Amino acid sequence: MKTIRLSIIGFGAVGQGVANALLHKQDYLESAGINLKVVAISDSRGACIDLDGVDLEAALERKNESGSVATSDVMSLEVISDVDHELVVEATPTNIDDGEPGLTYMLEAFRHGRHVVTSNKGPLALKYNQLCDEAKNNAVHFRYEATVGGAMPILNLAHDALAGNRIIGMEGILNGTCNYILSRMTEEGLSYQHVLGEAQELGYAETDPTYDVEGIDAACKLVILANSIFGMDVTYDDVEVTGITRITPEALTLAGGEGMVIKLIGEVKNGENGAIKVSPKLVPEQHPLAVGGTLNVALLKTDMAGPVCVTGKGAGSMETASAILSDIIAICRNSH
Amino acid sequence: MIVSMDLELKDRPGQLVQALKPLSTFGANIMSVLHQHDQRTPRGAIPVQVVFQLTNGKLNDIIAELENGGVRIVCVGKKLMYEEVTVILIGHIVHSDMGDTIDQIDSTGFAEVVSLSISMPGINEPSSASMVINAIDMTQLVKALDILKRVASEKDLLVIEPIEKDQLSVKT
Repeated sequence: MKTIRLSIIGFGAVGQGVANALLHKQDYLESAGINLKVVAISDSRGACIDLDGVDLEAALERKNESGSVATSDVMSLEVISDVDHELVVEATPTNIDDGEPGLTYMLEAFRHGRHVVTSNKGPLALKYNQLCDEAKNNAVHFRYEATVGGAMPILNLAHDALAGNRIIGMEGILNGTCNYILSRMTEEGLSYQHVLGEAQELGYAETDPTYDVEGIDAACKLVILANSIFGMDVTYDDVEVTGITRITPEALTLAGGEGMVIKLIGEVKNGENGAIKVSPKLVPEQHPLAVGGTLNVALLKTDMAGPVCVTGKGAGSMETASAILSDIIAICRNSH
Repeated sequence: MIVSMDLELKDRPGQLVQALKPLSTFGANIMSVLHQHDQRTPRGAIPVQVVFQLTNGKLNDIIAELENGGVRIVCVGKKLMYEEVTVILIGHIVHSDMGDTIDQIDSTGFAEVVSLSISMPGINEPSSASMVINAIDMTQLVKALDILKRVASEKDLLVIEPIEKDQLSVKT
């Protein structure tokens, strides 16, 4: 049995999802010969640390009742530097302005020779190459499947399952909130403002929806894809971004008359006419990219396998935890 | 573009294959073949009409290959505007001089707006339109779209284009 000690930094929906996943998957992990021991969990108020393994159920309960997992005032950065462990699950919220605090946490983890698995897009969208270089220099693994498309495996699909292929291009829907809004507008003929309000009520959209509806979230994910799968060296500023705020119900009806739907499509084109772009596009109703609801989808164009399409849930606590857990297991299998 | 070609074949086995092979070699999409075996041209040959779609501009290669193979070409039909795209526009389409928007494309000579339907939900509210543009081939169509995007950007109109056409070959 291989034992990996890990910390969970950030205990919001994603961090709690990971704790839940570890609780529910103990038998599975045992049969895979992996013992994942959580030695610390931290949030913005402090941390709980137990080198023999944190009681995950109690931690979830404490967070639920008091709003914090903390049993001490040790802060996240100290957990990463001072608690002896192998792997950091970095699950703090995305910040697209400077990537903090996640960026500092990740770099600190690398410096101490700890692997990092993250769901945090900000640091990767801003400092992808610096992070990868630091991980490499310290000979540790850095995996971030959960940053793009939630449960939908796309990075690992391109890197592992499609190894040997050259990825020529990618098109996809990378933001579930926009997809929900456009799908509802199409189905019900409702206005953008109306459906946005509905999405906010259902918890699919934030109170300040800018990050989603202006295409910023999708652009961050594209940057990660472009760097990771296409070997580009780009940041958020290199993406041409148009959101969905100007889409009218009439435009959707006119598109429907042509057998089309309007979707917020992110695209990366490799090669001479390379481009990274997020914009509303017309998609034939029968096309694999025309998925509804909050679903995400990605169509990879490859030189050997041709087009390969994946679709799945792009957000959610357990869905994101699924991507994180698969990264953790991959590291366990690949580390000695 | 679409090309129609009248050919003359000798009454001998394998001639039709000989005539069609260059088309597939150079990536033409055959839309129709009319092989009138019971008719003869004044020269005693069998008339064949083919219509095909060509997007790569290799018409001269096809003609050369056919002639090399001994296929007689009686005539080649003129190029037609064939490539077509539908886009959606959103914004103050009419009040930003719709006539000018259309003229900028029509005046190129290689592309034209062939259909426009506009939905205007209310005064001072943005209109939406679907516009169909035809062009003589794919390259010119892309140029026409670039013109439209430039004009639209000047007039603060949002242009929604279709996803790339080659992606459409993915079967559902």
